[in-house]
Amino acid sequence: MTTKIFSLFLVSLAIQSFMFGQAKDMAVIEGSRYIPLYGRDSTVVEVQDFKMDIYPVTIEAYQQFLKENPKWTKSKVVKLFADKSYLTNWKNDLEPNDAINPKSPVNYVSWFAAKAYCECQDKRLPTVDEWEYVAMADETTKDARIKPSYNEKILAWYEAPRTKENSVGETPKNAWGVYDLHGLVWEWTLDFNSVLITGESRKDMDNDNNLFCGSAAINATDLMNYAAFMRYATRGSLKAKYAMKNLGFRCVQDIKEETK
Amino acid sequence: MIIVNKNHEKVITMKNVSKHIRLILSTFLLLVVVTSCKSDHSKNTEHELAAYQCPMQCEGDKTYDEIGTCPVCKMDLKQLENDSKALETNEISEESIFNLTSKWHTEEGNEIVLEDLKGKTLVMVMIYTSCKAACPRLVADMRNIEAQIPAENIKNVQFALVSIDPETDTPERLKAFAIENAMDGEQWTFLQGTDSGVREFANVLSVKYKEISPIDFSHSNIISVFNSRGELKHQQEGLGVNNKETIETILELTK
Repeated sequence: MTTKIFSLFLVSLAIQSFMFGQAKDMAVIEGSRYIPLYGRDSTVVEVQDFKMDIYPVTIEAYQQFLKENPKWTKSKVVKLFADKSYLTNWKNDLEPNDAINPKSPVNYVSWFAAKAYCECQDKRLPTVDEWEYVAMADETTKDARIKPSYNEKILAWYEAPRTKENSVGETPKNAWGVYDLHGLVWEWTLDFNSVLITGESRKDMDNDNNLFCGSAAINATDLMNYAAFMRYATRGSLKAKYAMKNLGFRCVQDIKEETK
Repeated sequence: MIIVNKNHEKVITMKNVSKHIRLILSTFLLLVVVTSCKSDHSKNTEHELAAYQCPMQCEGDKTYDEIGTCPVCKMDLKQLENDSKALETNEISEESIFNLTSKWHTEEGNEIVLEDLKGKTLVMVMIYTSCKAACPRLVADMRNIEAQIPAENIKNVQFALVSIDPETDTPERLKAFAIENAMDGEQWTFLQGTDSGVREFANVLSVKYKEISPIDFSHSNIISVFNSRGELKHQQEGLGVNNKETIETILELTK
């Protein structure tokens, strides 16, 4: 009996380690302090160490999620959590349209759905600060924002049509080992609703009006970073139930301290 | 849970088979339990029966379960709005905020889910108690609205103030704030959530906020009115704006 229990133990260990093999698809991001384009009034923000999915979530992976969580399929999803465009490019609850590349990033997903997907894997969506922190790297430098080539590449992507249909992992990986932060789709962030860029920022007495009008670009921390400006502007206009063509997501995970 | 039961049955029926298989099965069961995602048991209204009615209402409020024509005027029957169906069945509709399953603490220290607020017209706003600028005016707006609702309507209204600073705004602090602002009556509720619960709730209300410093947030100033089933009926945006529409909506809902 004891040998049996032992072998059982071994089997479960093997399976567990196989499952944890998935963690290889995440890159460890060493936290630091940096000045984001629009942080707390352009001051330094601090990012803790965390792990980030190296690819955006693919159609294929999302399909698996739908199979396990039918309540997020397009016929069952609660309207509060997703608008009419949710998975509009899927022909039925479990299958995307035939023309869709299963390795391309999932799109037409709402914030609620993205959040549920990540939580289901014991992960979460990245914060704006975390996402921007990793996204300011190019292939060789962790903060490439001052390089003209960095911005040129991103802006070239904004102009290129239909990149969202490409497979993940085809753009060069950045200095952290993360792919596709620029080049395929924009991505949901956990606290996208912390960007007060809409009408409210004028009515409220907050200091964000430098975010809003034309003069804002001049006040931006980094004049070169027009691409980031567009990302913040997009976030400011989103609502959590929106599902959009050029908006996907990826997950991150906190690094649990071994000793507490 | 279902998976557990299923496998459990399997395990029992396999009792006479060798212990080996039982072991493998239970390992499998263990793994399934460990790896399967916790899926929230949110209310699903999809199986609700659709109701059809003559658009001219030739037969009054009479409804049909199937598509067809009105026997009186021969017009095609029209499907009734979700709204009235929900009223009949008392189910939570898909637009209801009661679909949120996050847990909250009230100023009295009770743990609740939003669905516990079901049954009354809800007037909700997001604030934080250490706020010195916009919130006092938002709170004043809430009080102003409350003061204009007649007593017979008030008993069907719940005013809820949700903190965007759950770390600072403990139930004790919220209670003190309630007393200080003379908002300690039955009709007032203060809610402390979790970071993620608050973020989610704000997203349902389209409220934007961000922490400026540990004690200061900037946020949108929105007062939202929900009907007794948690469906959003009206939103008023801005500070010190005319409350007329909000009040009208509340009176309409509490008639």
